[in-house]
Amino acid sequence: MSVRGSGVDEVVGCLPLKLVVGYRSVDSGGYLGSIMLVMDSRFTQQELPACKPILTPRWVISAFMLVSIVFIPIGLASLFASRDVVEIIDRYETDCIPQALRNDKVKYIQGPEDKTCNRTLRVPKRMKQPIYVYYQLDNFYQNHRRYVKSRSDKQLKDPKSENDVSACKPEDATPPGSNPIVPCGLIAWSMFNDTYSFSRNSEQLPLNKKGISWKSDRQHKFGKEVFPKNFQNGTLIGGAHLNSSIPLSEQEDLIVWMRTAALPTFRKLYGKIEVDLQANESIEVQLKNYYNTYSFNGKKKLVLSTTSWLGGKNDFIGIAYLSVGGLCFVLAMAFTIIYLVKPRRLGDPSYLSWNRNP
Amino acid sequence: MRGGTGKGIHFSKLYSFSCFRSKFEDEHGQLGQRGYSRIVYCNDPDNPEAVQLKYRGNYVSTTKYTALNFIPKSLFEQFRRVANLYFLVVACVSFSPLAPYTAVSVLAPLLVVIGATMAKEGVEDWRRRKQDIEANNRKVEVYGKKAFNETRWKNLRVGDLVKIYKDEYFPADLLLLSSSYEDGICYVETMNLDGETNLKLKHALDETASLRDVSSFQNFKSTINCEDPNERLYSFVGTLYYGGQQHPLSLQQILLRDSKLRNTDYIYGVVVFTGHDTKVMQNATDPPSKRSKIERRMDKIIYILFSTLILISFTGSMFFGVETKNDIRVGELKRWYLRPDKTTVFFDPKRASLAAFFHFLTGLMLYGYLIPISLYVSIEVVKVLQSIFINQDQDMYYEETDKPARARTSNLNEELGQVDTILSDKTGTLTCNSMEFVKCSIAGVAYGRGMTEVERALAKRKRSRAHEVTDSSSDLPECDDHVVDSGKPVKGFNFRDERIMNGNWVNEPHSDLIQKFFRVLAICHTAIPDVRKESGEISYEAESPDEAAFVIAARELGFEFFERTQTSISLHELDHESGRKVNRSYTLLHVLEFSSARKRMSVIVKTVENQLLLLCKGADSVMFERLSKDGRLFLAKSMDHLNKYAEAGLRTLVVAYRELSDQEYKSWEEEFLQAKTSVSAARDALIDAACDKIERDLILLGVTAVEDKLQKGVPECIDKLSKAGIKIWVLTGDKMETAINIGYACSLLTKGMKQIVITLDSPDISDLEKQGDKESIQKASRESIAKQIGEAKAQIIARKESSVTFGLIIDGMSLDFALAKSLESSFLEVAVNCASVICCRSSPKQKARVTKLVKVGTGKTTLAIGDGANDVGMLQEADIGVGISGVEGMQAVMSSDFAIAQFRFLERLLLVHGHWCYRRITMMICYFFYKNITFGFTLFWFEAHASFSGQPAYNDWYMSFYNVFFTSLPVIALGVFDQDVSARLCLKHPLLYQEGVQNILFTWHRILGWMLNGVISSMIIFFFITNSTISQAFRRDGHLVDYEVLGVTMYTCVVWAVNCQMALSINYFTWIQHFFIWGSIAFWYTFLVIYGALPPKVSTTAYQVFVEACAPSPFYWLATLLVVVSMLLPYFAYRSFQTRFKPMYHDIIQRRRSEGSEADVSAELPARVKEKIGHLKERLKHRES
Repeated sequence: MSVRGSGVDEVVGCLPLKLVVGYRSVDSGGYLGSIMLVMDSRFTQQELPACKPILTPRWVISAFMLVSIVFIPIGLASLFASRDVVEIIDRYETDCIPQALRNDKVKYIQGPEDKTCNRTLRVPKRMKQPIYVYYQLDNFYQNHRRYVKSRSDKQLKDPKSENDVSACKPEDATPPGSNPIVPCGLIAWSMFNDTYSFSRNSEQLPLNKKGISWKSDRQHKFGKEVFPKNFQNGTLIGGAHLNSSIPLSEQEDLIVWMRTAALPTFRKLYGKIEVDLQANESIEVQLKNYYNTYSFNGKKKLVLSTTSWLGGKNDFIGIAYLSVGGLCFVLAMAFTIIYLVKPRRLGDPSYLSWNRNP
Repeated sequence: MRGGTGKGIHFSKLYSFSCFRSKFEDEHGQLGQRGYSRIVYCNDPDNPEAVQLKYRGNYVSTTKYTALNFIPKSLFEQFRRVANLYFLVVACVSFSPLAPYTAVSVLAPLLVVIGATMAKEGVEDWRRRKQDIEANNRKVEVYGKKAFNETRWKNLRVGDLVKIYKDEYFPADLLLLSSSYEDGICYVETMNLDGETNLKLKHALDETASLRDVSSFQNFKSTINCEDPNERLYSFVGTLYYGGQQHPLSLQQILLRDSKLRNTDYIYGVVVFTGHDTKVMQNATDPPSKRSKIERRMDKIIYILFSTLILISFTGSMFFGVETKNDIRVGELKRWYLRPDKTTVFFDPKRASLAAFFHFLTGLMLYGYLIPISLYVSIEVVKVLQSIFINQDQDMYYEETDKPARARTSNLNEELGQVDTILSDKTGTLTCNSMEFVKCSIAGVAYGRGMTEVERALAKRKRSRAHEVTDSSSDLPECDDHVVDSGKPVKGFNFRDERIMNGNWVNEPHSDLIQKFFRVLAICHTAIPDVRKESGEISYEAESPDEAAFVIAARELGFEFFERTQTSISLHELDHESGRKVNRSYTLLHVLEFSSARKRMSVIVKTVENQLLLLCKGADSVMFERLSKDGRLFLAKSMDHLNKYAEAGLRTLVVAYRELSDQEYKSWEEEFLQAKTSVSAARDALIDAACDKIERDLILLGVTAVEDKLQKGVPECIDKLSKAGIKIWVLTGDKMETAINIGYACSLLTKGMKQIVITLDSPDISDLEKQGDKESIQKASRESIAKQIGEAKAQIIARKESSVTFGLIIDGMSLDFALAKSLESSFLEVAVNCASVICCRSSPKQKARVTKLVKVGTGKTTLAIGDGANDVGMLQEADIGVGISGVEGMQAVMSSDFAIAQFRFLERLLLVHGHWCYRRITMMICYFFYKNITFGFTLFWFEAHASFSGQPAYNDWYMSFYNVFFTSLPVIALGVFDQDVSARLCLKHPLLYQEGVQNILFTWHRILGWMLNGVISSMIIFFFITNSTISQAFRRDGHLVDYEVLGVTMYTCVVWAVNCQMALSINYFTWIQHFFIWGSIAFWYTFLVIYGALPPKVSTTAYQVFVEACAPSPFYWLATLLVVVSMLLPYFAYRSFQTRFKPMYHDIIQRRRSEGSEADVSAELPARVKEKIGHLKERLKHRES
């Protein structure tokens, strides 16, 4: 695009002729007009200096080139960053049910059987600490309007507001109408309760569960003096139980869970492993498969992942950058060729015709 | 008694005024019946019977609202707009649990929008009210308790007796009782009513004319029985019961409100109609509210969006219903975490269809962002600002009258850019309506050296052709003009010839004829002199400006008409021999008045020498055949001159005289008086026949040429407008010859044009007319017109291939038939195929009908321009009415949409402002839809991933601020400031205007293109963001994208993309645009930081989200960059290809401008600037030396 600070048209405006401006009575422009009187006459005459960008071939080609020059390196860098990330994904929701009971998974998960399940993960590449441990749920609508609204921020923050449970129905009080549940609502009630513990060569791998939630949540959204009360005391038990002697601000699993996911497939941070894992090492996971995703056919995955400067493993952004950059490059080339093969002066007056009868 | 100028004159006895006696006798029979039942108790308003009638007071209110009804009425007006009503319903429903967001966040923007519009309405109405208060509180003298006491207008009652002084306005419709003149006449200026500047004579009944003393009113009691209030300005039916007798009343005795008393010291009158009953107020219908085509199409788009809204809500609720139903299957909870077993009706699987229905309502609210709430108010704001720019334009400011252009309604700004046909009045619009005596030919010698506009135009055209060869000698005519142009200019007189000026005529060969010639001009007229006592200067009140020009010319040449009595006319004449001024008085015997049929007027006078003279002036067509054999001495030469004058666009009259012998006069007078006193229906015909007998054997004196001066720059302007492809029709009341002359003068008609004349002025018709059978005339006329139109059609078709252009000229009579239902369409077809159309002798009603025909028949935008009250109908009928705020009063301006001071400003108004406004508004609307669709559809895509539960993707306040803060100001800047090409280039390339006429910036193709772009943008935003964040960490510390972060990221992309799209599509970047566009984006981040810093109770999901989560993440910034660039890519690529392969006209001009070398530019610099540069250079040289 061509950018001209003071184009051709301003020549007239710059001459002293135009500056002889006889302002009229206020009546001419009304009340707003009188404000404008104070302003520059070039403003009222719509002759302010301006740049007037035009899509000339040169500017089009330059713009496309610029985009491709910027985008392709970014794309490559993102792609490399994503490739550097090592990720182990273990889908276990079916495997952790004994073969015999797999035809009625819901019954199994609601039953009293021991839910322990041992998994072995192989480390494909060296993983540098910190290694983030996530659980991933599928087909779980944490963004459902009924679900999102079913919480009481006031109650979570302030011990005095423990009766503020109107939004939490039906998980507001137990029995309904008497003792308020803290934390109330469907979100807290349905909290994820599978547990994982990791060991390497029969040696326990320490899992750091501190600092997995947002700092602002811990400090400002969940109160230090708010303790769980009447939680999971109802007839229908949803998910995890909470230790009623620990204040909510320290219940990081709850805080992570309460920060609802945007999409029905989501991961949540479970903890951090703060030792390096070597390639081809085997990690044993002892997990308790408590959480019922079988009712709605949800998948459950355990994910161990390192991070790069760009975050986790996802090639999409790199590929997108590369394709947009590449597309721009192609377009730039196409325009260059068109311009070279068939240059056409748009300014040619012979093109100045108007089809009067369309 | 005040004044004495009128003493002793009984104008009623002057024959020239006899025509004012009109014939209303037939209608008087209807009195007392329906529509004619008003009774006025004169001078007795307190009469119990009068009080019982309860006529309205004289208080006048033109406001739309009162203090009481302002709120409800203006609210009602607001919610008549579908979109506003929708938002109101949404706001109400948002208090229910159905709402996907908090009620306040919906209500706040709605209140802002409605409040702004209401404030605008309020301010406008307040101004009207101030005007009303002024009018209602004017003072007037009312009779009561034996004296006249001052009171206010608003306190007047029907039956009050009032006294009005010179130059005061009449406060109500009055019955004239008497005046300062003995015979009860008075002069009235009706400029505010019909725009005519000449004075009208009103005449009291002889019976009441004697009531001239205050004391005489003490016993004055009478009643008036008259018509009910109506809007007919030109009729009045009533009877005065006075002194035990009935006296029929006519319009002659009625003084209308808003007209002004002139040349009369005072009058007494009785109030007949008050306030809103007055004829003026009855006439003041609300001007039809006009809406632009763009706005009408915009409504359709809104409906499309509504349908889309319903469609996607419906789709959403279908899916939602199915999914909700599936939540419990065979007693088993599927999505147990939603507790479908214990839920509200909105999510109840057992009543899934009901839940789906409620969800549908929720969806209507959620996707409401498809419909831009701020669109109407933004457009209104933009239009008001545009109007201010129009008002402020220095190039449309007329210094002489201190009048800027005024956009009286802001509704139609963009319509100015789409005008296809201009219908123009002639007098006062194309011309100045000031007649100037410029030339004459006396005894075969042409006098007068002034150059007329037309001659100048002709010379210029010749010169411009010559210009290409040589550049020199260009200023010759102007120089000539300057030499001659000495002495102070006299209005109505532009005659320069030293041969006969300053008394030099005595030395000319035919000095006696010259003397006679000017005597005729000084005597043969009906003007009234007005001598200013202090200076002795004489001015004239004449029926037409032509006549005034003649009297003035005679005065300037030494034949000063200074006094008229009922029987004589007195002149100051330069004596032939002594060279001194002497008084000469002529006894006025008869005035044979002018009529359009006679096309001439004569006076018969007796000189001091007892010579009887018939002095006559008239149109050449009737005059030449009346010349005597001896009188044809200079006929050939005079005709030659006359043709030349006519060609030069001048109005010509032939001047002749005749000496009468006593005997001849006597016998004729007898016959004439007999004819006058006859009461038969053929009275007029008899009089005409009598006149015809005496107006024969005339001796030709010469020819006058009066210039109906074209306004400055009219030919150039018309030329430009027709180059812009705008068709121009002239609708004039003038006669055909004049109209054609003016047509040539303002380059509407050209020499190469083939003229098609449709007229009834053929021998067959006039034969029939003589026979007087009305029906057969009608039939023959209709057939004749049909035939003529058919022929014209054939002609046009025959020459379609050749480059011949046609000009259609049609007269008023024919127009009547041509506008009949059966011929309408073929007439229109002919007219549309002609390059220019001139309708002459057309009445105001015909003007309006023609306008309507063009408007409805072609479906294109019409613009009517006029200056007088006779143009009001046309102005209101047309899509756009432009009033010329010139000399002819304010009536046209008051009913116009735009007012300009000069016709030539139309060029700038249309080509520059019209084009810009059209472009701005269309761009703005397209963009508005784009931005809202982009935003609305991201919500929909998100919904699809939230099982259509109605959860919005963004925080409530992000959403409600979207239209108000983050995206609206740049659009307004676009609507107010954008310009594709500068004003200079708009004028240089008038063809650019066709973009608006053909509406190529607002085709469905283009609108849907923008909408599609919006949908694509929303898809890019949503799918790029979700796919690149699908579930992995977005920061080094392993944190994941949750609902809050996703909302912020997507919203950031929307704000960036929508604003960058704006930056990409505007053509004109001043600091204002930069400020608004980048400011909006910056404001979004500022808002995020501030809103995020508020306690979590207020900020909810936005708490700290930017500072803590997004800003430190490189991913957030990279995703923004990626999405924004890829969103702009489709549009950018499309535009690149389009400007390369199928450039629009403005693209070409922009390219030329940017490629234009500086050399090219300097050649194009206006001459003025060049001159200035020249001066500067010279001055520099002087300094150096």
